[in-house]
Formats: sequence, structure tokens, C-alpha cells
Amino acid sequence: MDHAQGAQAKGMAYYFKHHLREYGLLIALIAIMLFFQVVTDGTLLKSVNITNLFLQNSYIIIMALGMLVVIVSGNIDLSVGSVMGFIGAFAAVMIVELGQPVWITIIASLGMGVVIGAAQGYFVAYWKIPSFIVTLAGMLVFRGASLWLLEGQSVGPFPREFQSLSTGFVGDILPKAATSGLAELAGSRNFNALAMGLGIIAVAVIVYMGLRDRARNAQYGIEGEPKSFFIVRNVVIALALLFVSFKLATFRGLPNVLISMVVLTVVYAFLTANTTIGRRIYALGGNEKAAKLSGIKTERLTFLAFVNMGLLAALAGLIFAARLNTATPKAGFAVELDVIAAVFIGGASMSGGSGKVIGAVVGAFIMGVMNNGMSIVGIGIDYQQMIKGLVLLAAVFFDVYNRSKQG
Amino acid sequence: MTPLLEMRAITKTFPGVKALDQVNLQVAEGEIHAICGENGAGKSTLMKVLSGVYPAGSYDGEIHYDGALAQFRDISDSEARGIIIIHQELALVPLLSIAENLFLGNERAAKGVIDWRETFQRTEALLKKVGLKEAPATRIEQLGVGKQQLVEIAKALSKEVKLLILDEPTAALSEADSQALLDLMLELKTQGVTQIIISHKLNEVRRVADTVTVIRDGTSVSTMTAASGDITEDRIVRDMVGRDMSDRYPARARNPGETLLDVKNWNVWHPEHAERQVIRDVNFHVRKGEVVGIAGLMGAGRTELAMSIFGRSYGRNISGSVSLKGQPIDVSEIDRAIDAGLAYVTEDRKSLGLVLDEDIQTNITLANLPGVAKAGVINEREETQVAEKYRGAMNIRTPSVFQKVVNLSGGNQQKVVLSKWLFAQPEVLILDEPTRGIDVGAKFEIYGIINDLAAQGKGVVMISSEMPELLGMCDRIYVMNEGALVGELTAEDASQERIMSLIVTD
Repeated sequence: MDHAQGAQAKGMAYYFKHHLREYGLLIALIAIMLFFQVVTDGTLLKSVNITNLFLQNSYIIIMALGMLVVIVSGNIDLSVGSVMGFIGAFAAVMIVELGQPVWITIIASLGMGVVIGAAQGYFVAYWKIPSFIVTLAGMLVFRGASLWLLEGQSVGPFPREFQSLSTGFVGDILPKAATSGLAELAGSRNFNALAMGLGIIAVAVIVYMGLRDRARNAQYGIEGEPKSFFIVRNVVIALALLFVSFKLATFRGLPNVLISMVVLTVVYAFLTANTTIGRRIYALGGNEKAAKLSGIKTERLTFLAFVNMGLLAALAGLIFAARLNTATPKAGFAVELDVIAAVFIGGASMSGGSGKVIGAVVGAFIMGVMNNGMSIVGIGIDYQQMIKGLVLLAAVFFDVYNRSKQG
Repeated sequence: MTPLLEMRAITKTFPGVKALDQVNLQVAEGEIHAICGENGAGKSTLMKVLSGVYPAGSYDGEIHYDGALAQFRDISDSEARGIIIIHQELALVPLLSIAENLFLGNERAAKGVIDWRETFQRTEALLKKVGLKEAPATRIEQLGVGKQQLVEIAKALSKEVKLLILDEPTAALSEADSQALLDLMLELKTQGVTQIIISHKLNEVRRVADTVTVIRDGTSVSTMTAASGDITEDRIVRDMVGRDMSDRYPARARNPGETLLDVKNWNVWHPEHAERQVIRDVNFHVRKGEVVGIAGLMGAGRTELAMSIFGRSYGRNISGSVSLKGQPIDVSEIDRAIDAGLAYVTEDRKSLGLVLDEDIQTNITLANLPGVAKAGVINEREETQVAEKYRGAMNIRTPSVFQKVVNLSGGNQQKVVLSKWLFAQPEVLILDEPTRGIDVGAKFEIYGIINDLAAQGKGVVMISSEMPELLGMCDRIYVMNEGALVGELTAEDASQERIMSLIVTD
């Protein structure tokens, strides 16, 4: 009995050690949030600020999804900030100056993103020009192109329906009268039942899928996460989700952009982890020659990774412009660095072949919470930059140190 | 005569493993001493102890060198005393010249300014010693592996070497280059350089070694000397694996069936030098259940032939026809070649065959992901089952299929590559140097796998630079030279002499 318990404890320690990166990232995010919650006297986790956090970071997270794919494939895209700005300018010119309808503008902008991604991907994939160089060129070209399009001016404002891309909220399913009791209970002006309901459903789905996975693993005799870890992890995630949905419910409900963000994150997490195309991208980044000799169309995959990045950068550009309600020549300046930093904080490897979507998203939130928290506390932009730089270095150092110890 | 080197009761433990257990090694002054053992037996660990990679104090036992107790703190310490190791992976800078490489870290310089005249003069003298006629300003990347190996030796000689250690020096060399290297070793011996050679190639060991020490499972099991005439390949092999291996090639029933793969009028040009024809009018076929060898020297075009057939992964202006069971097949892309029933196991498993940082499971399913997926979604549990099946069938020694392949031994890595291609369900497998760099025991297992494949009715093409292996395994052997097939021998007619004479008289 004692012996069996000892063996189990050893197994847990072993499991923790080998998944230190994943748990560490989550723990780091929670620690950073608690820290700022304390030093901002509770402002960080106020309803309005949580809503703001999502609005502020949505475009970074959306681009981090594409960047993760690009980095896993063994490449990099330095142009995303410029492309994002350019698409914002493109949309502004179409709507404000040419008077095109919003939906045509959105389709044209996304199409333009695809074309830009395809153009850069073409040189990287089929001409083997290092992506660093191609996208450095792209960064300069599209920075210039937005200046040219906007003629150095800010162009705006946008019609309301375009703005709702970013700053809109999903209306509640229940009439206000039905939720007034809940609002009273929560001690707020109103209560959005949809936000709370979806939060509860999300928790139920996550727990159900986790349990189903465990059952199947057991059936196939695969040893997975120790039970206690599974419980603790799920309880933490469930509490966090319920907390966030409660906070959103007591403010204005679900922001539109949160919906697109969550849907995209789920889609990309599934694509990278569970599909053949995802697996092939990891293989391509891990060893391009071996992947190619295994019958994988490596060039086409690289090309598609950049097309996908262009599409997501365009979407981010639309959301960013909608939030500012104007397109400026400076939009998206140096954003590529935040996006790339988020992916590396999330545990991706510079040489390609490893990294997870969830890691990139958590990495983006770590950066986002720090930006937000430091701004609330009133730390100057000078210190903010230095601290962010050191956090990136520390995260990657932690990775490298861990790997050398596992050797 | 007192020995130049004596290692006494060396014991080295890593957390959880005893890598070396009371190993004794005595190397006499001026001899060539061979160390043989399977991969993982502890040869490299022993050499790392000797050269100070594992510093004094991190191991038990004593090293006596040149008449005194030696306690090396690091490599530069042992180098200063004339012990120099040439590793299997060459440590030359490809874009620098021979002269720059020879004196790298040891520049002929005054106050940081390099004296190029002296550098080039000394380089010329050293190159002459190792029999290289290249100019000192030649860049390393312009040399073949064989010549690079000689440059490494010249580099060692530039440091007044007393004890030269060569770790598998001929593993990547052609027959001719290997012979040249072995001749050089014998030449250096007459000049009084004591040498230790680690090698899997027992015929080479027998040719140059005065003494052989066999290491097995971290202990020294036997020492034999040429003087007393007891160095025989059979005895070395027996001591290495710990059992009698009367037959190094497992027996197989030989009854080839219908023709599977038929390649006709195959011509290939060089991918960069468009005017150079690499493969000329090659015709060959493989039958069901047949193992066909392709013999030839390095650079004969064997790998190029295989890769050009396998989805045109080499060369340009490829012409010719490929058919399987009488039906023409499309091999213009790698995935089409795989779908048509071909598999190619590359000669360079680390850089071309495996995704080293991924686990065994991921590597095994890579060439046939649809085999474990539905509508593009992978069923990971089914994938694990597939991997487990091959782990059992191939006897891949690993605690789990979630182990990264980078941590496996060469033999086990090769079994992973073979598993990957078997899971792609091919009709014909082209195996390019399937046993390169793996130890005797694992080789025997690979031969067993090849025999099983033939018994299941697959066709196997085996490219190998080790002629005994081809002679032991194949039903027929094609001989290739300068891009063309210059002969075809049946198993009964084939011999090393006949193969060589076909190459030479071409």
C-alpha cells in the first residue's frame, strides 16, 4: 500500500517535471494577474477592465494564431504589423473615401490579406528565400503602402456597423425583465444571461471532453495526466472561466470580438493538434527534408502558412481599425514584435517544429495583462518596454534551461 | 616495455546507469590499438574519460600516461600532453580554407596577427605527410569526406600528437578512401605515432590493429594481439555480442515470384550542372520476394538512382519508365510514388529519415497519416496502437512510443524508419545503406526484418557499400559504376573479386 502510493507520487513528480512548461505558463499567468490585482487595488479584475483586456488584445491573439503556424513551420513573419496597418488603411479608403458598403469592404480586405500572404509565401516557399528577408521587405513595403494610401493623414470615422466588429456586444437572449432579479443578486445594473450561460456551457464542455479523453486513454491503456492534476487543472480553469463570464455578464455581456477570438482559438488548436495538415506542419518545421521524403508537400504547406497569416493579419487590421474608429499611418507599428514575443513566451521554438496554440494565446495574455496592469499602475512606457523584454528573455531562458537539464 | 597508456579499473556512473565498470586498457607505445564493441557498449565514454571531457574526479580508477599518473581537467589539458581525438562527426569549418582549419585555435601568429607565409608553408608540409595534393587555400567544402578526414589527421599532426584516437574514421568513407586512410595509419605507425581506432568494420581492424580490446556492456571482456595470431573476426564478433554468431546473415527461403518493379531506360541529369549525366540508361527489375543488391563505389550513382525514381527527389531531365506488376506507375512526385507502392529508406537517417525531436509514434505514421485519420482528423489512440504494434514487431528497445527518437541508438532509429515505411504499405522497398553505423547485433536484426519482408512477398532493393553484406543477403546483385549498371550477378556467381573486377574493367 505504502509502496504503491510512493510509486504514484513519483509518477506525479515525473509528470510535472515533463510538463513543467505547460503548467508553468498557466501558473505564471495566474501569478501575474494576482500580482496586478493586488497592486492595482482590484482594478485589474473589474468587469470593465476585463472587457477592455479582451478588446485591447484581440488583434494580437488573432495574429498570434497565424504566427504560431508560421513559426512551427520553421519560418517567421515580420510584416504582420505593417500588413495589419495597411488593411486598416485599405478598409478606411474603401468605406470613407470610396463609399463602399461595409460587407464588400470586409470581403475585399480579407481577400487583400490572402493576396499579400500568398505573395510573400510564394517567395519563401517556391524560391526558398529566407522568410526573415521576404517579410522584412514586406514590412517596409506595406508600411510605405499605408502611408501612401492615407496620404499621411488619419482617415475616419467608420460607420457604426463596421465599428461593431470590435466594440460591439452580443445582445442577450433573455429580455431585461427576466434578468433583473439576477442583476439584483449580482449587485449590478444589468445581468447578461447569455454571457453567463455560455460560460457555464463552455466549462461543461471542457470537463466533459477531458473526462471522455481520459476514459478513452484508459481504454487504450495509455497513461495520461495523473488524476489529481486533472482535477486541479480543471477546477482552476472552470473557476477562471466562470469568474470571467460572471464579470462580463455584469458589464455589457460578450464582446463580438471575444466570440471570434474564442472560435478561432478552438479552430486553430484543433487544426494544429488533431489533423493531418497540422501534423505535417510540425514535421515540416522539425525536419523539412525528412518530411519531404515522407511524401509531404512541404512547399505548398509553407505557402499556405503564409496565406493563412495574411488572412488573419487582415482580420486583425479590420478589428484594430474598428476599435480606433480611424485608420492612421502609424497603426500596427511594431505590433509584429508583440505577436512574435507572445508565441515565443508560449513555448514555441525558434528553429520550428514545436509550440502550441494554447501556449501562444496564454503568452499573448501574459503580455496583455502586463501592458494593462502596468498602465493602470502608471508605470512609464520606458519601464514597460524593459520589463516586457526581460519577461520574454526569462520565458525562453526557462525553456532552454529546462531542456538542458532533461538532456 | 612499459605501455604508453594504461587505464586501470575505470568506472564511470551516470545517474541510474553504470556506463563503465572496471574497464582496463593497455596501449603499448607505437602500436595501433583497436577498440571494438557494440553501440552503447561504452567505447565513446571511455574515450571521453581519457581525453578529459569527463574530468579527473568524475570517474573512479586511474589513468597512467607517458610514465605518470594523468589527471586531465579538460580536453585542452589532454591535448597539451599529445592526446588527440578525431571524432566521427568532423569538426572542420566548411567555409574556411584547409590552412585556416589546420591552425584554428592554434594560429601561427605574432601578437594576434597571422603569419600567412608560415601558415601556408607548414600546411603544405602537413598535407604532404597525409598524402593530400590540394592547395592550402582550398576551402573545406570543396573536399570530399575522405579528404576531410585526412585534413583532420593533418590537424592532429600539427599539434605534435603522441596518441591519436580515431572514432569510426571510415564510417562515411568509400572503399578507396578507407584504404588510403588505413595506409596512412600504418605509415604514421612507422613514424612512432601510437593510435587507437574505434571501428565497426572488422576487416579493417584486422588489417591495421596490433592489439584489439573488446568492450561489452561497459566492461572490457577480452584483449587479443596480432603477434600471437589470435585476432579473428569471428572471435571479435563473439566477444562483442556475448554469444556465438556462426551465421552473420540469417537464412531465408529463396523463391522469387513475378516481376514487381521494372525500371527501363532510366536517365538522369545533375540538378545543378545540367550538362552532367548522372544516371545512364539504367534497366533493372525486382521480383516478388526477392532481395536485389546494388553494389558500387561511393559516387557510383546508386543513391541518385534510387532518389530519382522515388518521386524525382533528385536530378532533372529525368526520362525512362517505371512499372509495377506490368502496369506503368506515376512516380513524378514523392506522394505519388508512395501511393504507387514504393518506399525509400534513406542512407542518412538523421537528417533525411527522421524528425529527431518528435516521438517514435509521430515518426512512424508520418508517411501514411491518412492511415490513422478520418477526414483529415488524426485518431491519436489508433496511432499509438499502430506505433505499439511496430515497436513489438521490430523489437524497438524503448520504454514507450512517446520517447523522442533523438534519444534512441542508431539501430533503434533505423527500426523506426523501417516501421514508418512498412506502415505506408509499400510493394517495393529501396533500402539505402540500411545498416550504416549500427552495431553487429542490430545489424542481424535488420537482416531478419529484410528477410521477413521478402517472405511476405515484398520486393527489396538493397544499396550497400559493404560487399559482404550484399553477398550474404541478396538473390541478385547489380554492379553500378559511373551512373551505369555494368553487370548483374546471381547469388551463386557473386564474390567480392567479381564485383570489383566488374567495376575496374568498366
